[in-house]
Amino acid sequence: MIQEQQWLLSLGTFLPLAGVLVMLFIPKKDEAMAKGVALLTAVATLGVGIYTLVKFDYGQSQKLQFFTTNKWISPIKATYTIGLDGISLPLYILSMVITVLVMVYSWNHVPNPGNAKAFFILMLVLQVGMAGTFVAQDLILFFVFFELVLLPMYFMIGVWGGENRQYASLKFFLYTMFGSALMLVAFIAMFIVTKNHATNPDAANFSFQWFHANAPGIARNTAIWIFGGMFVGFAVKVPMFPFHTWLPDAHTQAPTQGSVILAAILLKLGTYGFVRIALPFLPQAAKTWAPIIAVLAVIGIIYGALGCLAQTDMKRLIAFSSVAHMGFVMLGISTLTPLGINAALFGMVAHGLITGMLFFVAGSVKERYHTLEIKRLSGMLKQVPHLGWILGFCAMASLGLPGLAGFWGEFPALLASWSPATILTDSAMGNHELLYRVLTVISAFGTVLAAGYLLWLYQRTAFGEPSEEFAAHGHDDHGHSDIHDVNVFEWIAWTPLLIGIVVLGVVPSLMFKVMDPAVQQLTSVFGK
Amino acid sequence: MLLASETAAASGWFLAHAWLIPVIPAVAFFLIIFFGKRLPRGGSEIGIAAMLASLVIASGTAYQWIHLVGSTEHADAVSKTVTWFEIGSLKVGIGSRIDGLAMMLLFLVAFISTLVQIYSTEYVRGDRRYTHFFASLTLFSAGMLTMVLAPNMVQLILGWEIMGLCSFMLIGHWWEERANSEAALKAFWTVRVGDMGLLVGTGVLLALFGNLDISEINTKAAEFSGNHALLAFAAVALFIACIGKSGQFPLHTWLPDAMAGPTPVSSLLHSSTMVVAGVFLVARLYPVFHTGLDINIVGHHFNLIAIIGGITVLIAAGLAFVQNDIKKVLAYSTVSQLGYMMMGLGVGAWMPAVFHIFTHAFFKCCLFLCAGSVAHTGSHHSFDMKKDMGGLRKKMPITFGTWMISTAALCGVPFFSGFFSKDEIIDSAKGNDYKVFFVVGLIGAFMTTAYMTRATYLTFFGKARGGAAHFVGEHEDHSHEEAHDEGHDKADAHGHDDHHAPVVHGKPLSFAPDDSPWQITVPLMILGALALVAGYLNAAPFKIEKFHEWLHSSIGVEVPEAPKFEWLNAVPSILLVAAGFAVSLLICKAVFGEGNSPLKGLTQRNALLGAGHKFLVNKYYLDTLYEKVIVRSIAHPISAAAYWTNQHILDGIVNGVGKGGKKTGELVYKYIDQGLVDGVVNGSGTTATHAGGALQPVQSGKVNLYGALLFGAAAVGALVLVLVNS
Repeated sequence: MIQEQQWLLSLGTFLPLAGVLVMLFIPKKDEAMAKGVALLTAVATLGVGIYTLVKFDYGQSQKLQFFTTNKWISPIKATYTIGLDGISLPLYILSMVITVLVMVYSWNHVPNPGNAKAFFILMLVLQVGMAGTFVAQDLILFFVFFELVLLPMYFMIGVWGGENRQYASLKFFLYTMFGSALMLVAFIAMFIVTKNHATNPDAANFSFQWFHANAPGIARNTAIWIFGGMFVGFAVKVPMFPFHTWLPDAHTQAPTQGSVILAAILLKLGTYGFVRIALPFLPQAAKTWAPIIAVLAVIGIIYGALGCLAQTDMKRLIAFSSVAHMGFVMLGISTLTPLGINAALFGMVAHGLITGMLFFVAGSVKERYHTLEIKRLSGMLKQVPHLGWILGFCAMASLGLPGLAGFWGEFPALLASWSPATILTDSAMGNHELLYRVLTVISAFGTVLAAGYLLWLYQRTAFGEPSEEFAAHGHDDHGHSDIHDVNVFEWIAWTPLLIGIVVLGVVPSLMFKVMDPAVQQLTSVFGK
Repeated sequence: MLLASETAAASGWFLAHAWLIPVIPAVAFFLIIFFGKRLPRGGSEIGIAAMLASLVIASGTAYQWIHLVGSTEHADAVSKTVTWFEIGSLKVGIGSRIDGLAMMLLFLVAFISTLVQIYSTEYVRGDRRYTHFFASLTLFSAGMLTMVLAPNMVQLILGWEIMGLCSFMLIGHWWEERANSEAALKAFWTVRVGDMGLLVGTGVLLALFGNLDISEINTKAAEFSGNHALLAFAAVALFIACIGKSGQFPLHTWLPDAMAGPTPVSSLLHSSTMVVAGVFLVARLYPVFHTGLDINIVGHHFNLIAIIGGITVLIAAGLAFVQNDIKKVLAYSTVSQLGYMMMGLGVGAWMPAVFHIFTHAFFKCCLFLCAGSVAHTGSHHSFDMKKDMGGLRKKMPITFGTWMISTAALCGVPFFSGFFSKDEIIDSAKGNDYKVFFVVGLIGAFMTTAYMTRATYLTFFGKARGGAAHFVGEHEDHSHEEAHDEGHDKADAHGHDDHHAPVVHGKPLSFAPDDSPWQITVPLMILGALALVAGYLNAAPFKIEKFHEWLHSSIGVEVPEAPKFEWLNAVPSILLVAAGFAVSLLICKAVFGEGNSPLKGLTQRNALLGAGHKFLVNKYYLDTLYEKVIVRSIAHPISAAAYWTNQHILDGIVNGVGKGGKKTGELVYKYIDQGLVDGVVNGSGTTATHAGGALQPVQSGKVNLYGALLFGAAAVGALVLVLVNS
C-alpha cells in the first residue's frame, strides 16, 4: 500500500459535512443560498476527487493508495482505516459526479413539498456515506458508512416521494436494515473466529488487512455460514432475486433525484461488498456459494426482464430493469474469474450512468406530462425531440449496444460465465461447468428480452403522433409551452452522463486498465 | 502486433490505413447529426463526401492487395491494430485486418453506399428528416465497414450491432405510422434473437481457443483436434446469428416487413450490407463452420448450413410469387439468393458463394433502385404492381433497361453476372456430392426466373394502371383527376414509402417527361453495367479466375477444387431458366393480360390452389406463430404471471414479515420493553424498534454510540453462530 497524501481520502469523504455545517446556519427561506452552498460543496468535493484521479498511481492500481490507518473505537477493535485501489476508484469518483449532477438537476426541480435546504443537506450526507463505503478498509467503518446511506435516502423517499411514499420508504429502510443486521452478525462472527484461531489474537482488529491475512483460514463449514450472513446483507442491497421487492416500490415512489442516486450508487454498495469483502475474505465459501449466486443472478435477469414487460408505468419498468442488469453484474462476480469480475465492476459503473440517466428522463417526462403511464404517452420524438432522442440513446445503451458503456458489463460477463474459474469446474469438488454453460445461454436470452421491453417502451412513448390528451398542451393561451423540451439545467446535468456512456463504450480500457490489476490480485486467491 | 504493423507498412499505405475506411463515415455521422441541418444540402454533402473518401481508400486498398497477391506466393492477411482493452491474458485489439474477402467487401460496400447516397438526394428530397436519414445511412455503412475489416470477434460484433441499430432507425424512418415502427422493432428484435447465438458462440470460441482473434481462431479451427462437440456447438450458435441477420429460414420474416423503410435503405440493406453480414460471418470464420459442422466430409450429404440455405432458397422464392408489392418481390428474392449463398457455403463452395455476394450486390441494388425509380416517377409513390404499374417500359427506358439487365443477371441468364456465380454454386453442389442441393439449386433457378418474369410483366408490360396510367398518359377515368400543382413536392413531403399510401391521381410530373432525374438514373446505369460485366472477374467458361486468385487465401481451410466448367453441365439450369421464363410469361399473359383466359381467378375457383395461395399469402403462418403465439405469450401471460408472483408471493412474504415484525415489536414493547427497560438486547424480530431507537443518536452526532448499539445487538447473534459452528 502507498501511504502518501493520507489526508486526501478523508478530505474527499468528509468535505460535504463542512457544507452541511454551513448550511445549518442558512435560514430556510434563503433557498438560493442553501442550494449554492450545497452545490459549491459538491463541486469542491468533486474537485478533490479529480485531484485524487490525477494523483492516483495507475501503475500500481492493485495497491491501496492514499492509505491511512488510525485508532478509532478501540474497545471493539474498530480502526479508522481507509484506502483506495483500482476496484474502488471508479465507484468513488462516480458517486461524486452523480451528486454534483443530481444537485444541478435539482436546482429548479426540488420536488414537493419543497424545503430545498433539507433536501440538499440530505444529498450531502448521502455523499459522505457513499464515498465512505468505497474507501473504508475496516469492516466496522464500512458498516457505519453502509448504514449511514440509509437515513438520507429514507427521508428522501418518505418526505419528497410519491403517493405511497410512507410504505415504500419504510419497506426500503427495514428490508435493508434486516439484511445489514445479518451482515453485521457475519462480520462479528468472522472477527471472533479469526481471533480465536490466530497465533497473535491480541493483534486482532476489524481492518481488512487482518481479515485478508486470517479469514481465508477459517474452516470451510463455518466460512459458509458467515458468507451466508454477508450474502443476505449484500444481496438485499444489490438487489438480487428474491430479495428485490423493495426496489420497484422505492424507485417508483422516490423523487427523481432519489431514484438516480439509488440506481447509480446505492445498488452498487451491495455488489461492491461482494467483490471487496465476501470473495477475498472467504474464498473457500465463495466457491460453494458461487453457483447459487449464479443461479439467482440468472433468475434475476430473466425475471427482471419479464417484470419489465408486465409494467404499465415507465419508472417502474426502469426499476425492474435494474434487477435484470444487476443480475448480469452478479453473474460476472459468480464466475470468480478476472474477466467476470472486471465485467461486473464495469457493469456497475455503466448501469449507474445509464439507469441513472433513464431515471432522469423519467423524472422529466413526469414533470412535463404529469404521468408516466406508457399507454398515455406517445410521440415524444415529435413533441419533445431532444428528450425523445435521449431516451432512445439510453434505451440503446441499456440494452447493451456495443460502442456504448452497457455492452462492456454484459458481454464479458457472458464470455466469463461460459468458462468460470477452474475451482468451479474442478471435478473432484463438484463440477459446475455445465450449470454455468446453461446459465450463459439463458442469460443471453435475457439480452433479447431487454431489447424487447426497452424498444417496446420506446415505440409506445417516442414514436407515433403525440396523444390527443397532450397534443393541445404545446402552447397555452400565453404562448408558454408547458410541455417543453430539455432545459438548460437538464442539459448541464445530463451531458456528462451522456458523454460518459459514449466514452466508456468506445474506450473501455479507461476502466479495465485501472481495475484489472486489482481484480487479478483479488482473484489470485481462487487459483488459476 | 508490432510485427503485424510492420508488414502492413511494408505492403503499402492503403493497406496500413484501411482503418480509415469505416472511421471516415463514422466521423461523418456525428458531423451530419450535429451540423447537418445548418448546411445548404442538409448534410447529404458530408455523407456523400465521406463515402467517396472511403471508396477512394477502399479502391487503393483493393489495388494494393491485388498487387500483394500478385507478388507473393502466400499473401497473409495484413493486420494493423492497437490494443482496445486488456483483461488479464485476454487482449483485444481494434483496427483493420485486410485480406481478399475484406478487400472485396470494403470496396463493394463503399461503392454501393456512394451510389445509394447520390440516389437518395433525389429520392428523399424534401423529407422531414432528410438530415437524419443521411446520418443513419452513413453510420450504417460505417457499421458494415467496421465489421468487414474486423481483426477480432469483438470488433465484428461492434459493427454487427451498429448495423442493427441503423436498420432500426432507417426502417422506422417514418415512425409516425405504427406499421413502420412495428417493422423497425421486428427487424431489430428478430435479429437480436439470432444475436444470442453470436454472444454465446463467441464465448465458446474464447473458451476453445483462448483468444478472439480471427486469424488465430481460423488457424486453430482448421487443424482442430479438441472437443468436437463443443466446436460444433459454437458453429451452431454462430450460425443462428447468421440466420437472424441474413434472413434465413425460419428467421426471415423481418426482411419483407423491413420494406417499410425508404427504398434506398432497402437497396443498401439488401445488396451489400446488413443481410450480407450473416453470410460474411460464415465465410469469415469458415474453418469453424467447416470443421464444426462436418462440411465436405465424404458420405455426409447434409449439414445444417446447406439445409437452412436450401430451405430458404425454396420457401422465399415461393413467397415471391404472391406479392403485389414490387419491393416485397425483391425482398423475398433477396432472401432466396441469400439462401443460395448459404447453401453454397454449406456445400463447400466458398468461392462461388462469396462471388455471388459480389455479383448479387450490383444487380439487387439496381433492381431496388429501379423499383424506387418507378415509384418515385412512374406510379406516384405506390409500390403496388397490380394497382399502379404496368406498361412503363416505353416511358422509362433507362429504368426499364437497367431492370432488364439486372433481372437477367438475377435469373442467371448466360453471360450476365449472376450466371457465373449462381451456376458455380449449383455445379459445386453436384461436384461435392450434395445431390439434393444440386436439385434445390435448379428448382430455385426455375422459380427465380418465373417470379421475376411475373414482376417484370406486371411493372413494365401490359396496360398501365392507376398511378402509372396517369404517368403514361393513358387515363381512362378522368373523374378522379384533380389539380395537382405542387405535384411532386407535396407528395414527397408526405414521404411514404409504402403501398398503403393513397395514390394521388394527377398529371404526369412536369420535370420528368421520360424517366427519373439523373441522380436516380446515373446510379442505375452504373449498376446495370456492373450487373452485366461483374461476372467476368470469375468466369469459369472463359477460364478467368481473377476473383479466385485474389480471395482464395481467405478461405482458411482446404476445400475441394471447383469442378471444371463444361457447357454441358450448364444445360439443365439454362433450360430451366428458359422454361421458367416461358411458363411464367404464358401464365402472366393469361392471368394479367387482356384476353379472357380460364386461368383468371383460378385460385378463387379451385379449392386446392386457393388453399395453397392462402398459405403463401400468409407466409406459411410463421409470422402468426412468432407474433401471436411466442411473442404474445412472453409479453402477456408469462410476464404477467412472473409479475403476479412478484407482487403476491415474494412481496407478500415481505409484507407479511413486516406486519409480523411490527406485531412482535408491539408485543415486545408492551410486555418487555415497558416492563424491563434495562432488559436484554432483543433479537432480530425487533429490527423496526431498534432501528428507530438507533436513529436519534446518529442525528445527534453520536456515531460511536450507534455503532456500539448495533454491535451489541449483532454480537449476540454472532455468538450463537460461532457456538453452532465451532
